[in-house]
Amino acid sequence: MILQQIFNGLSLGMAYALIAVGYSLVFGILRLVNFSHGAVYAFGAHAVIFFIGYHFGLIPAILLGVLLTGALGVLIDRVALYPLRKKKSPGISSLITTIGISYIIQNLLMMGFGSEKKPFPKLFDNRIVHILGARISTMQIIMFVTSVILLAILTFLIKGTKIGLAMRAVEQNEKNAGLMGINTNFIIAFTFFLGGISAAIASVLISGYYEILYPTMGFMVGLKAFAAAVLGGIGVLHGAIVGGLVIGVSEGLAATWFGSQYRDSVAFIILIIVLIVRPAGLFGRKGIEKV
Amino acid sequence: MEKIRTGINRLTEGFSYLETNVYKYRIILYAGGLSLSMLLPVFGFSQYMTRIFIMIGIYTMLALGLNILTGYTGLVSLGHGGFFAIGAYTTAILMLRFQMNFLIAVMIAMVFTGICGLLLGLPTLRLTGTYLSIVTLGFGEIVRMVIMNFDTVTNGTLGIRNIPRPSFFGFELTLANHGLFYLMLVLLILVTYVCIGIQNSNMGRTLRAIKADELAAVMMGIRSSRYKVGAFVVSAVLTGLAGGYYASLVSYIDHNSFTFDVSIMILSIVILGGMGTIRGMFLGAAILVAFPEVARPLMEWRFVVYGLVLILMMRFKPQGLLGWRSRLPYKIPVLKRSQTYREEKEANRRGR
Repeated sequence: MILQQIFNGLSLGMAYALIAVGYSLVFGILRLVNFSHGAVYAFGAHAVIFFIGYHFGLIPAILLGVLLTGALGVLIDRVALYPLRKKKSPGISSLITTIGISYIIQNLLMMGFGSEKKPFPKLFDNRIVHILGARISTMQIIMFVTSVILLAILTFLIKGTKIGLAMRAVEQNEKNAGLMGINTNFIIAFTFFLGGISAAIASVLISGYYEILYPTMGFMVGLKAFAAAVLGGIGVLHGAIVGGLVIGVSEGLAATWFGSQYRDSVAFIILIIVLIVRPAGLFGRKGIEKV
Repeated sequence: MEKIRTGINRLTEGFSYLETNVYKYRIILYAGGLSLSMLLPVFGFSQYMTRIFIMIGIYTMLALGLNILTGYTGLVSLGHGGFFAIGAYTTAILMLRFQMNFLIAVMIAMVFTGICGLLLGLPTLRLTGTYLSIVTLGFGEIVRMVIMNFDTVTNGTLGIRNIPRPSFFGFELTLANHGLFYLMLVLLILVTYVCIGIQNSNMGRTLRAIKADELAAVMMGIRSSRYKVGAFVVSAVLTGLAGGYYASLVSYIDHNSFTFDVSIMILSIVILGGMGTIRGMFLGAAILVAFPEVARPLMEWRFVVYGLVLILMMRFKPQGLLGWRSRLPYKIPVLKRSQTYREEKEANRRGR
């Protein structure tokens, strides 16, 4: 039973890690918690189901939806956050702005798709595999594997390519990176694009796992992913992965031990404990300035 | 874009101009405004209209409460729905289970909310900015989860119904006899008075100093953490008061009355009206509460509008609609224990 929950938690936790990476990337560069990330996540699933409705076939629909969500991330940056950066507004303005954005996206989704819970089509023919007495569905395995592959690609992108080098440079010092000939605004937009894409893929995976979607789905998941990012040390890529796994597993364990109604509160409790005991997170550098 | 900016600026300038010119007649104005609002129900408004005015009053109180935290101290709380819920539930339970009088119940609720504010304020001392906001958001959600799962006390997801109306000496205050409206007015004046007092007190100046530059404030010998927790407690107490009144107004509360939406609405009011002002809270609450009632066809757009309010204000007028720097001469406060004060007093006595 516990093994079962651990497996469930691992697959879900990997998807959380995908979302948490989005928080981490943006925080690393802008020192801003992107509150609209949860709403972007919800938008991803809705965009995919919108394209599925046009009978493009499943894979093209997912691709289109994911790209559209990435574009939404760029749009958020250009329309709302870029002017604030140009004005050199204090950090709290950007935070409140992202709250406003998440509100707008979520409620527009509600008006466009209705606020009720809708079924999400099965992505794969679900089979059950037995490992060590635990029942694992193919969907969970696919969720885990896809997330691992994507995270590996992201890590390579940041550690091994030229644009990744530019991203790390902007993270260390935006002004100096600009002086070295890096188009910082493009890099920031690209970061938002990456965050949007990973959130959209995670939302397709999680919606496919629960076979359900609704406009406010991003609120809770976004908070859990944020807790994961903080637990691992926000701004640290591998920290987000570990954090996601821990949150996913502890959520599953709490549901078995204390009852399923406490499933959602675990992430908050972990978050608050981490923030009090070790605000830099597990892998975070000490002395990182909290804005 | 440029048009929006100039529009908002012109509006603010107008208000500011008004303030400078009207200051002389402020006592007449205050008295006029007060008597006008006293007479509102007599003009024969329907219960529906009275209810809207009461809701504006409640949200003004909530905004004034959050303003102490966000406006003066610069800590953005996204969990004031949680304090609102604690105040409402405590009052409701005390009135129903223990047949307490409304006033006593509300006072106990305020104390209890204050303790919760202290508990939330203590661990957040290590956090600033965004982290603090997230923790308060988590607090708001945890309060909701406790309400949903703590069946024996809060009646779980079914909510609490039949909360009695406040009554004094056997006289029950209802919407029909306008008692609830006047009670709201009394509470609102009380809360406003407290806020003005805080604004002009040592504490208010300290909080503003912390917002402007915490490091500098600490260097001046201010124990900033103490004041931050104090701001949390005062803010929670005021919110709890509004919650208690709300519970006895609607007479049915459940966990869905206190969602994240409520917290965001309070924050929108504070930002629209002008952080760190008292006048702004009244205008912000009036606009945002009355908006869905006035613009019925736009009812389902209202949350989008709240989001737009946050974004547009942050971009074009971060200080809010009524958040101008006052052109009135600033009276430098004289500390009672300061040398100048003693000397002046001495001179006055000698002069007489």
